[in-house]
Amino acid sequence: MSTAADDTLRTADGVPLKTSLRRATARRRVRTFLLVVPILAFLMVTFVFPVVDMMFRSVDNQIVSSVLPRTTLAIQSWDPGSEELPPEFVYEALVLDIQESFKDKTLGRAGRRLNYEKSGVMSLFRKSGRRAKRITEAPFKDQVLAIDERWADLETWQLIHQESSALTESYFLSAADLRVDYKGEISWKAEERRIYLFLFYRTLWMSGLITVFCLLLGYPIAFLLATLPPRHSNLLLILVLLPFWTSLLVRTTAWIALLQSEGVLNDLMVFLGFISDDGRLQMIHNKIGTFVAMTHILLPFMILPLYSVMKTIPSSYMRAARSLGASPFTSFVRVYMPNTVPGIGAGCILVFILSIGYYITPALVGGRTGTFISNIIALHISETLNWGLAAALGVILLALVLLLYFLYDRIVGVANMKLG
Amino acid sequence: MRWLLSSTIVAAGVALAAGSAQAVDLTIVSWGGAYTASQQKAYHDPYMAANADVNIINDDNAAEGLAKVRAQVESNNVTWDIVDMVAADAITACDEGLIMEIDPDTWLAPAPDGTPASEDFFAGTLSPGGTNCFIPQIVYSTTFGYRTDAFEGDQPSTIADVFDMEKYPGKRSLERRPINNLEWALLADGVAPADVYATLSTDEGVQRALAKLDTIKDQVVWWTKGAQPPQLLADGEVVMASAYNGRLFSAIAEKNQPIAMLWDRQVFDLDGWVVPVGVKDLEAVKAYLYFATDTQRLADQAKFISYGPARYSSAPLVGNHADLGIDMKPHMPTDPNNAATIFDFDYVWWADHRAELDEVFNTWLAK
Repeated sequence: MSTAADDTLRTADGVPLKTSLRRATARRRVRTFLLVVPILAFLMVTFVFPVVDMMFRSVDNQIVSSVLPRTTLAIQSWDPGSEELPPEFVYEALVLDIQESFKDKTLGRAGRRLNYEKSGVMSLFRKSGRRAKRITEAPFKDQVLAIDERWADLETWQLIHQESSALTESYFLSAADLRVDYKGEISWKAEERRIYLFLFYRTLWMSGLITVFCLLLGYPIAFLLATLPPRHSNLLLILVLLPFWTSLLVRTTAWIALLQSEGVLNDLMVFLGFISDDGRLQMIHNKIGTFVAMTHILLPFMILPLYSVMKTIPSSYMRAARSLGASPFTSFVRVYMPNTVPGIGAGCILVFILSIGYYITPALVGGRTGTFISNIIALHISETLNWGLAAALGVILLALVLLLYFLYDRIVGVANMKLG
Repeated sequence: MRWLLSSTIVAAGVALAAGSAQAVDLTIVSWGGAYTASQQKAYHDPYMAANADVNIINDDNAAEGLAKVRAQVESNNVTWDIVDMVAADAITACDEGLIMEIDPDTWLAPAPDGTPASEDFFAGTLSPGGTNCFIPQIVYSTTFGYRTDAFEGDQPSTIADVFDMEKYPGKRSLERRPINNLEWALLADGVAPADVYATLSTDEGVQRALAKLDTIKDQVVWWTKGAQPPQLLADGEVVMASAYNGRLFSAIAEKNQPIAMLWDRQVFDLDGWVVPVGVKDLEAVKAYLYFATDTQRLADQAKFISYGPARYSSAPLVGNHADLGIDMKPHMPTDPNNAATIFDFDYVWWADHRAELDEVFNTWLAK
């Protein structure tokens, strides 16, 4: 009777113990999952779904083919490299599409889309929409050309041919200061239109410098907070947190009042005779304004992780180093500082990532030379309505953050990071 | 406990049902500040006094109006009832089918003498860019203000003076966008007003305008919100600034700042109502618009802010400021003394060239 099956341990009701255990853990896993379902659903609805939707907008190009279905189909048989205008049946398709979409009021959407690539298509479409109503019979080509001479422009047709596919790369190219022509050849935009790479670059180096400023200012404060007796450090902590709880707009506006050329700081320096009344310093609406205000606003995000790490470093380490003969400076640099690296890493990555996506402060104090890529994204979202380009810029920004996070993980190690 | 909770929910439900049976909530989106206040006093308050069942909720997000209307219509979740928009945005929204087409003579009140609405609004203002979704309220202008204590002797009087750093040194403030600035630069550079848009249609013309702006680039503080330029002038941060005329009026007349108007080459624009497609209670919206855009209401708004009513029949009714008692007529952008050298703004041209010139302008600005 000593078979293998009889050796297995069984529960009171005869189920093998292994199976029973597996069932129990599975049940617990389901229960745990059910507990996180609300937050997961919340994140899906408010975070993952909008982000994915935004990412899709950066390549979505269905608008042209859905508004002009016949034309985009008919034009496939035309060679955009030829020197001749499309044949009659393409014009017939165009007239039917324009008549229908003008009635549905969707023509303007396609016009706006194509206008991003070539100025003037918007008004061409609007004008054609109003006039095409009268065209009922052949010859369509002559009547369309009579509406506006731009229909006789090869570039107009090359553009429609190029943008008739459901996905487009032109938003991403545009976000990298590139353009693509009807042959699919990619080239730089005209010199006077290259703006986005420059702004990405500026956003990155200014954010890096802001992070350095925050570290230089935040480190001593965090050290003081961690080493003072609680009586004093609590008061100091409140002083750190107080601005943190104050509205962002209030703090930014306060910097304007302090730094502007008729502001408090300039007045004081003129009063003390450091500068003349005509030689007031320009400290706002430029890079300096962005540096000062952003460093101040992001400082708590550096101090708090540093503080939480420093708090855990036993003071006996320093005493041990001193008693073994190290100078105060050496013991600080060789013993204390290496212990704070997780805090430095957490603080820096927090400040840097918050900084490259910052919008409102650079908009208010950055002026011409101190604004970030996020400000141009906002312009495309709310003013020019070029959501595709805004989405492409946003995706690039997101990719940059992820790339930097990856690099940070490879160099410092995310496991070493300590947020508190 | 459970009983208390459920009875509270039932009571709240009953109250809600009763409330929705009677009251109509209208969400009206406008620009905030002194402008919304003038609409509140001239339109909303009298309308609510006459219609006890209507409750008007102000929303100050008109600056993002076009983007938010588009988002609401595309997601089939229209929560705004009436939106205050500038004409250029209304053209775009109408082209894209985001806002309703309007029949002026059935939607809007005739003039007191019986002239139908379609003939009583300033010619062409009901159909900017050939669209028909826009109900104009006011004519406003973007023009310059300067500090009266900044210059000795001659005061600036022409658009060329804005670009004359030798005669009128000091910082300027301009709006952070190509619109108006490129036109003014060309005008100051000697281009005839009629040729401005033809010149700007070429790359050389755009470069010429930017080259003119280059002469003052270092001295310009760029503004983005209408409230900024009067504040910059009042603080003495700048000596000249482009601004909406009503904001300058408020700084000059209501707050007694040492600022004066420079009307040369002022740019007229229209501001008016639009109705998003898919609005919930169209009848309530139409009833409000019929009232709020009649001759008397438009004239009343000019008691509170110096923007010109968009109806011919309202002009003679413009009277004195409600609090200060001063005559508002000389402060209107449409007053003959101010409107001698207006510049004709071309919406349609800008709709075509905005995307391209935004890039060119922002590149120029950033470098």
